[in-house]
Amino acid sequence: LNPNHQINSTNGKQSFAEQVIKATPGKTHFETCIQCGTCGGSCPSGPDMNHTPRALFALISAGLKNEVLQSNTPWYCVSCYYCTVRCPQEVHITDIMYTLKRIAVQEKVYDDSTAPDFSKTFINWVEKFGRSFELGLMGQHMLMHNPFGVFKIAGMGVGIVTKGRMAFKPTRIKGMASLKAILAKAKELEVSS
Amino acid sequence: MRYSYFPGCSLERNAAAYHNSTVAIAKPLGMELIEVEDWNCCGATEYISLNLIASYALIARNLAQASKNSASDQLVAPCSACYLNLRKCNKYMVEDSGLAEKVNLALAAGNLKYQPGTIKVRHLLDVIVNDIGYESIKEKVTKPLTGLKIAPYYGCMIVRPEFPTGGKLFDDTEYPTTLDRLLKVLGAEVIDYPMKAHCCGGHMTQISETTGFELIRRLIKGAVDNQADMIVTLCPMCQLNLDGFQGAMNAHFKTNYQMPVLYFTQVIGLSLGFDAKDMDIGSELVSARPALAKIGVEISETEAPKKRPSKEELPMPHMPEKE
Repeated sequence: LNPNHQINSTNGKQSFAEQVIKATPGKTHFETCIQCGTCGGSCPSGPDMNHTPRALFALISAGLKNEVLQSNTPWYCVSCYYCTVRCPQEVHITDIMYTLKRIAVQEKVYDDSTAPDFSKTFINWVEKFGRSFELGLMGQHMLMHNPFGVFKIAGMGVGIVTKGRMAFKPTRIKGMASLKAILAKAKELEVSS
Repeated sequence: MRYSYFPGCSLERNAAAYHNSTVAIAKPLGMELIEVEDWNCCGATEYISLNLIASYALIARNLAQASKNSASDQLVAPCSACYLNLRKCNKYMVEDSGLAEKVNLALAAGNLKYQPGTIKVRHLLDVIVNDIGYESIKEKVTKPLTGLKIAPYYGCMIVRPEFPTGGKLFDDTEYPTTLDRLLKVLGAEVIDYPMKAHCCGGHMTQISETTGFELIRRLIKGAVDNQADMIVTLCPMCQLNLDGFQGAMNAHFKTNYQMPVLYFTQVIGLSLGFDAKDMDIGSELVSARPALAKIGVEISETEAPKKRPSKEELPMPHMPEKE
């Protein structure tokens, strides 16, 4: 039984695995996965994932694209890279999780919008000002996804404000026009690739 | 020694204590930090989840800005997430010429250019233990932290993964020891902390509270179980999760942990003879005062947070606890 049997395209059409590999920078070593499960066993948020990374990789190889993109697994990846450094085959697991998030966002296939919206809100501030803005991010995100969560972290909020650790307005970098031009060009190249 | 310095967004305000203590100890340690001109956000773990080329271009703009500093090709980042992103961008631009070409096409739209691999990205801990060195620091310690039990907390992104073109990792991915050794040089008692390289959960508190709080609980409990007086960290995200969210985590699990979390630069400063105030001690939400009182460090009362009396302190009748 070879879990990699569908990695290569058979009828000239790009397989899902090929799409994932192509969209990830560097050499992913995805095709060398031996399904050992070291990744899932090392993952701090593994117990809350729909699929362990190992299981998700088997689904990718099997070409079950929708099941993969609707899984919460990539969005529950905390980017700690334990799996990546422990993988005996040196598969770039964390990078592949990022690729899966990007494909899910670009093709608008995800089950729960909490995490994608968090990333979008974060980046919205960065694209406008060049720096991130915690108050704006937390405020917008909680309003959208967790309005009652405000009460849970009210104590923390008061603490952060009274200790002077909260900025009330974002910092704008001087080279904003140049940064906007860079990001616009980058997005144009993204589409053409 | 001269370095380009990339503070990162957190150090502007939320982690100002990290920035201020770093700047304060730089002089006695002999580091000259030249802030990267008009740096921008590294995109954290968010941009890469949405756009590939744009996220690398965002990071590469900082590398391009850093290469304008002719005095040093060494770029120091105190934030582990910035450090990882800058290293990773450097690595993949060297390894993947297609990516490098696109990133440079994007940079050109803003009249910038970056030659992949020319900037050497270093973490502040790496620079302090390897360039300045344990011996040199030991000579400068005037107020050793004798009697203070510290849990050295590295978190994840500083020790993983190894990016070859960024230079070999300066510590072990599974069981790092550089911070342990540094804290011992400062006179502290370093406890064995099995969670030292585990993840704090990053942004998980905003995605799934149960997942996020559990990761924080494990780290705090690990330090408490091993009798630490405090956790010392080197990443603003770790500090925010462990210190800022400790109260919310306690409420979630009905626990009552009170584990202070300071930056390693703050405790270096104390051992070099700086006042607690100069190190912004007191800006942490879980007060480090009881722990620091053990080693005779005083924090003035006026800076203390106004605390409302807790239920325990009110003269309330209590039910005797069951045996």
